[in-house]
Amino acid sequence: MNARAAVGLAILLALLLAAPALLGGYGLSILILLLYFAYVGQAWNIMMGFAGQLSLGHALYAGLGGYIAAGLYFHYGIGPWLGIFAAVAVAVAAGSIVGYLGFRFSLAGVYFALLTIAFAEFTRIGFDNWEWTGGSGGLFLRVERGVVDLANLRGGPVLFYYVILALAVGAFMLCRVLLESRLGRYWLAIREDAEAAQAVGVPVLRCKMLAVMISAALTAVAGVWNAFYYNNLFPETAFAMSRSIEMTLAPIIGGLGTLFGPFVGAVVLTGLGEVFTAAGDRLDIPGIKQIFYGLALLLIVMYRPAGVWPWLATRLGFTERKP
Amino acid sequence: MTSDFLLSLAQAVSKGLLTGMVYGLMALGLSVIFGVMRVVNFAHGEMMVVGMYLAWMGFDALQVTPMLSLPLVAVLFFAIGYVLQRGLIQPFISRPEHQQFLLLLAVGTLLANACLAIAGPDSRTVQLDSQFDSYELGPLVLDAVRVQAAVVALAIAVLLFLFFTRTRTGKSIRAAADNHMGALVVGLDVRRLYAVTFGIGAACVGAAGALMTTLIPVTPFLAGEYTLLAFVIVIVGGLGSMTGALLGGLLIGVSEAVAGLLLQPSLKSMFSFGLLIVVLLLRPQGLLGRKEAR
Repeated sequence: MNARAAVGLAILLALLLAAPALLGGYGLSILILLLYFAYVGQAWNIMMGFAGQLSLGHALYAGLGGYIAAGLYFHYGIGPWLGIFAAVAVAVAAGSIVGYLGFRFSLAGVYFALLTIAFAEFTRIGFDNWEWTGGSGGLFLRVERGVVDLANLRGGPVLFYYVILALAVGAFMLCRVLLESRLGRYWLAIREDAEAAQAVGVPVLRCKMLAVMISAALTAVAGVWNAFYYNNLFPETAFAMSRSIEMTLAPIIGGLGTLFGPFVGAVVLTGLGEVFTAAGDRLDIPGIKQIFYGLALLLIVMYRPAGVWPWLATRLGFTERKP
Repeated sequence: MTSDFLLSLAQAVSKGLLTGMVYGLMALGLSVIFGVMRVVNFAHGEMMVVGMYLAWMGFDALQVTPMLSLPLVAVLFFAIGYVLQRGLIQPFISRPEHQQFLLLLAVGTLLANACLAIAGPDSRTVQLDSQFDSYELGPLVLDAVRVQAAVVALAIAVLLFLFFTRTRTGKSIRAAADNHMGALVVGLDVRRLYAVTFGIGAACVGAAGALMTTLIPVTPFLAGEYTLLAFVIVIVGGLGSMTGALLGGLLIGVSEAVAGLLLQPSLKSMFSFGLLIVVLLLRPQGLLGRKEAR
């Protein structure tokens, strides 16, 4: 990172820290959404961008995380700071199962992606029929207006904003450390050519497993945050394939395998989303927002297939070292 | 085991087999496309929904039954598929999987929401007099429309099979699928063959959509569900195998119908996904697929 990029980053961080004072409620809610996508994108990017394993079932980890923490709070009053350990443990266990089966039976590419979808769908239908979590009727957390209770993560948007900001920055720094580590190098080797990596002694299975487990753990934390922010959970949305797909978009659009990609992709996505919502409200045609969205995706993948960030970084004179 | 139970089981199995034939035709489209150009069509369910809407519109505006509009829908879908492949998908053939996925996701989003914008979110039904008819086969009662849909689906599958084994173009496509480089060396126009293949895959799913409108109401929100269903079927049967897609369709059709009878209806697709996981792990090439070098 050069000096110019460091200054840019410092200004960005200062603006993000001051955002609740600068923005109204609506603006803040959009920024919250943006940081959420940046964070889950960063988590997904570890698996696909770093280790090259395409997962289209990440809603499984977010859904499990959210349901476990919310269920513990709902039934036993166990707060999310404690519940998060259970949530992460369950998600990591699920990730290990999916990963181990997939890698051990050497499913690659599309086949592995379909396995991840199948596990998420399987779990969705299971939760639809599980009474403890309210089944398909959903699980609701009690909302008390004006109460700020840090211990139980109860409070207004500002609280959730700072939590997701901390998570996003934390995940960014974690990924930076990971990418510089031996493990990170191994991941890149596996991504580029798993057989060659195996041949020179990279413990391929162990590295892939670590990628799934770390990615699942981070995603589960997002699920917990999400459950307490929205206060409701439905299997239909928590484990939906559309939710898994949503998580992949920011890093793919921003730039797969790059550190800033998920954030830049999230900015592009939420920005476009807002513009299209405004345009859609004016036109009043059902589905028009999604049509714009589809067109934008199409144009991005056709003209910036490697993502927006690598191109933008050169344009702005920041050069992120190519991982 | 009472005979009542056995009869309702036989009833469910026969219904599942008939619906499964239509599923099979839908999945055949996905399988052909993947088998030849190694592209997973993530917009498959969306394409089927477009086919369903076209058939519904033909009926709603012009009183043409879906069975009659089917050839037209298929031809139109072939043309759309051909152009789509030439214009959009061809450049992505050699690109990484996640880029193909994003491209087809965008195409699918556009298709499903174009339906939503044009026809609205309400579910649309094709009301035919024949929907109340049924055939009796011994003690079994079979819906007439379901039987007709299955027969037409089977006929299309047979035509397709003949196309791939008897015609020059069909054989060339198989050659290109088997050995891309070899096909280029002997002078086949692989790009055109790919476009024809995508057109055929699209025609299959469009025809399946037209048949489907006689069985269930159409909404734009069916799309995601049917994309997943098509994946399950082709993986179980063998991605890239034509008979595998048909067999997978029958299997999933029957398992859905029987699970709906024995278990809670909401659990029926859990069974399909369970089957998918087992097949992926034990026989990733599918029941009838050939093992390929990975």
